[in-house]
Amino acid sequence: MKLLFFARLREDLGCAEETIVLPAGVDTVAGLRAHLMARGSVWRQALAPGRALGVAVNQDMAQPGTPVKPGDEVAFFPPVTGG
Amino acid sequence: MTVRVQTEDFDAGAEIARLRQGNAKVGAVAAFIGVARDVNDGESVAALTLEHYPGMTERALEGIVAEARARWRLIEVLVVHRVGELKPTDQIVLVAVASANRGEAFAACEFIMDYLKTRAPFWKKERTPEGAHWVEARVTDDDAAARWESQKTA
Repeated sequence: MKLLFFARLREDLGCAEETIVLPAGVDTVAGLRAHLMARGSVWRQALAPGRALGVAVNQDMAQPGTPVKPGDEVAFFPPVTGG
Repeated sequence: MTVRVQTEDFDAGAEIARLRQGNAKVGAVAAFIGVARDVNDGESVAALTLEHYPGMTERALEGIVAEARARWRLIEVLVVHRVGELKPTDQIVLVAVASANRGEAFAACEFIMDYLKTRAPFWKKERTPEGAHWVEARVTDDDAAARWESQKTA
């Protein structure tokens, strides 16, 4: 699974992109977020439930309940500010 | 529809002329240009960096245009959004809509901008005398987008 992080989130995590093996039992966006939070330190802070974040799965906007599977591209990012 | 994400500046007049293409069914063209200002939240802005999610950006914009076309009868739509380094007075985004009548053109143009502001994966970073910081999303943008939820037009 390919993970992407954008804007301020990328800076806070010190990570723009990462390839991981999706653990068994992690099959939603919410589960993935919790899995990444469990890394602790900056990951726990930046992905905390109180932080408003957008997520995309395979380049479509997603919700916490959106399914994720191995091979997916999942991006986490702050609320968008284009235009 | 045409959707472009690019670093280069655009010529709105030329783009609109291309959009109309001498099509005699077009009775109305509504266009919006977003421009970088020198002040945001009271702080003076020296420069702006527009980051985006390559691949998803175009897809998200195409999806927004498709929604506009589902709500209103439109003849042609163009969205051009710049990325990279910009400075005050630089053009950022162009949305142009051609239709038979002005009602659809005005509404679709505003709708596309309201949805772009809340659903298209761009992020702005401003450079000010105090340093660089990421722009925060505005509640008013979410409110503007939400307004369209209760207004589905044929």
